[in-house]
Amino acid sequence: MPMKLQLKIWRQKNSDDLGKFNTYELKDLNPAMSFLEMLDTLNLQLIKNKEEPVEFDHDCREGICGQCGVMINGIAHGEPKNITTCQLHLREFKDGDTIVIEPFRAKAFPVLKDLKVDRSAFDTLIASGGYIGVETGQAPEANTTPIPQEIAEQAFDAAACIGCGACVATCKNESAALFVGAKISHLASLPQGKAEREKRVLNMVNRMDELKFGHCTNTEACQVECPQDISVLHIAKLNYEYLRAKFKK
Amino acid sequence: MANFIAAKIPEGPLEKKWQNYKDQAKLVSPNNRKKLEVIVIGTGLSGASAAASLAEMGYQVKSFCFQDSPRRAHSVAAQGGVNAMKNYKNDGDSVQRMFFDTLKGGDFRAREANTYRLAQCSAALIDQAVAQGVPFAREYSGYLSNRSFGGVQVSRTFYARGQTGQQLLLGAYQALLRQQAKGKVKIFNRHEMLELVCENNTAKGIITRNLVSGKIERHAAHAVIIASGGFGKIYYLSTLAMGCNASAIWRAHKKGALMANPSWTQFHPTSLPQSGSYQSKLTLMSESLRNDGRIWVPKNKKDARNPNEIPESDRDYYLERKYPSYGNLAPRDIASRAAKEQIDNGFGVGELKNAVYLDFAKAIKDLGKTTIQKRYGNLFDMYEKITGINAFKEPMKISPSAHFSMGGLWVDYDLQTSIAGLFAIGEANFSDHGANRLGANSLLQACVDGYYILPYTLQNYLATQIDKPKPATHSQTFIDAEERVKTQLQTYLNTNGTKTPDEYHKELGKLLYDYCGLSRSRKGLTFVIKEIQRLREEFKTNLLVLGDTNQINSELEKAGRIADYFELAELMCLDALNREESCGTHFREEYQSDEGEAVRNDNDYAYTAAWEWTGNPSQPELHKEKLVFKNVSLSTRSYI
Repeated sequence: MPMKLQLKIWRQKNSDDLGKFNTYELKDLNPAMSFLEMLDTLNLQLIKNKEEPVEFDHDCREGICGQCGVMINGIAHGEPKNITTCQLHLREFKDGDTIVIEPFRAKAFPVLKDLKVDRSAFDTLIASGGYIGVETGQAPEANTTPIPQEIAEQAFDAAACIGCGACVATCKNESAALFVGAKISHLASLPQGKAEREKRVLNMVNRMDELKFGHCTNTEACQVECPQDISVLHIAKLNYEYLRAKFKK
Repeated sequence: MANFIAAKIPEGPLEKKWQNYKDQAKLVSPNNRKKLEVIVIGTGLSGASAAASLAEMGYQVKSFCFQDSPRRAHSVAAQGGVNAMKNYKNDGDSVQRMFFDTLKGGDFRAREANTYRLAQCSAALIDQAVAQGVPFAREYSGYLSNRSFGGVQVSRTFYARGQTGQQLLLGAYQALLRQQAKGKVKIFNRHEMLELVCENNTAKGIITRNLVSGKIERHAAHAVIIASGGFGKIYYLSTLAMGCNASAIWRAHKKGALMANPSWTQFHPTSLPQSGSYQSKLTLMSESLRNDGRIWVPKNKKDARNPNEIPESDRDYYLERKYPSYGNLAPRDIASRAAKEQIDNGFGVGELKNAVYLDFAKAIKDLGKTTIQKRYGNLFDMYEKITGINAFKEPMKISPSAHFSMGGLWVDYDLQTSIAGLFAIGEANFSDHGANRLGANSLLQACVDGYYILPYTLQNYLATQIDKPKPATHSQTFIDAEERVKTQLQTYLNTNGTKTPDEYHKELGKLLYDYCGLSRSRKGLTFVIKEIQRLREEFKTNLLVLGDTNQINSELEKAGRIADYFELAELMCLDALNREESCGTHFREEYQSDEGEAVRNDNDYAYTAAWEWTGNPSQPELHKEKLVFKNVSLSTRSYI
């Protein structure tokens, strides 16, 4: 059954522009179509009418690169839990629905144009300590240090973060605690990451504050919208690691 | 008459070549390294690992990517695993065997010395990744786990659930950002390379466009590394990311870098089928699924029953039937072609009859749901997110899709292109996989090129540049290059026609799928070359791009990429037409056995076709690199 949808989309020329909502209508949509393919369809229609297309970020379109991400009816990546925007399909909507589409909003993520935002603050956070400082050629034989399976699995659960920023966009405080918590937890749980454990958490938390990310007040909304379902327990781990490092200092 | 080109393979026995090279390569002392600048295009596994490693050595590195962050590069999407010769399973693996598997998998159309080096360097990569914190799968004992992949009979694949590429990339990305924090790497995200700047056939720098401000920028360096990945996106529908493109490669080609075997594109057998004309990509489901999944179609074309209601006696497990010893783990080219054969003969399943079943019922019965959940849980989740179907309850529907470019910039043993100071690594080059790449060898090649090979071979080149000042960006060559880029961008905007870049891309992609895809013929290729030429001319006069160059303009970005695709597409067809044999992924309908298997012609085609740009996309000049096999005897590739 072909669908008809009304889209209210945030249009903003550049980071200095104030921006506003524009309304568009789309007809004859296939429910098997993905949400981003719907935006492609809209853009084709706009260009043919000599109107500038809607700019949005996207790349892999299979939920792993983390480049896509918009607020859909006020929810990061849309209503179904734990998916990316590119994994959302029109079968989740009803014929005749109105969908409100906005960029992720946070002080640390300024809007660049329409639905595109600048998330390089996440790169800055990783650069402040989100790594293990091993250089090419230094590594010992991989099986020298066995890592119990459950520890490796725990580390993986945290490492699965795709850096899309939905956690920040969802959080009322614009906190990056889940993003930072996931990286701290991933690296602190592995034997290889222990040497830089204290330095890492202190640096990353300080940088998080400098970049204007807010504080975590444990509403746990972030996990609900996280495409990888990263657990808020990693935020608890972050707090633990931070306190531990502070006391040790 | 084609010219022969040399790959500069070091002397000595196969197993000593790389060591001999390293022993004799020129070095740059640490205090000189900081005077030398290097540009790296792309931040996937090869680009990020190279940029990080070079910065660690002390070089000044500029790293470019078109994505909003280096972590997004499409290596991130590789699912199944990375091969390495550790022989942890004690199941008979060795460097020699891995070398042979890779060479045979590529249907004996790769360079022996490169393939051997790939196998030799593979073990160190696992050590490096584990040290970086990559959470590979482990046994209860805490030791690393392995699984098997297509085209081999040992278990040498390391994996991190179905997100191996992501985890390896994060390791390389974190190493890269660590160097950024130290001031050794400058990262230019949301930047696209639009021109290579050369003087006297030597790379001097690049022209880029800042994709946010639209500013055209000049960057000079002592060497340029292209690590921009493959160009399977030329087929429009592919497993690649939307932004993947051939532009860095192609613009280097137009400055004199040879393109090798451009028509060799791997079609991945297990991606999701197309569901409608609006479709923008075909999602890949990891090949690892074939470890436990069984591929079949109904024996009766008209069988409209739900797959679960079709009894065993009415199913054709065609891979198990045709290739009993490898079965569902036959190499990708063979599995893809077999699926196409079933679909073309009318046995396809699904609404558009364009898929085959991948069934886990037996594995679930034998091993239990928990085991399958643990092995492939996230892939099953992904399948359900996209299709709305639970693969625990009914078989997946899969079909072949354009995936990996075995072809790419021609490089010698040093990974240097035919332009001095221009290197190509990872999928952007052509070097290690021959006519078909084995599963889990792409992550390996990207990492090995970036971590272990380029740091030696680039240094061998940079040692000759120590006394040379960094090229000046105010030279006439740079000014002219910048002007050309600006004029070209303005041309796209001024055309003011009626069709968008995507519309052209879809048309071009369809032509390539039909005539230069899973199978090719002289008749089809001759026809499609004319069609491509016609469409390319139309594109020049009928393109529609709105907006201007001084802002974010995705349509403008696409226009440039598609203009390049139009020229590359013709070269792919000419390359496919030239090669009058079937090998690996390149299946010429005229050259097949009675059973429909590929028939190679080693007497006439045991060479790499390296094409030179002449200014006319319809008349490239062919150069040949003769492939010499001293350590293996060429056999008919059999997986029966």
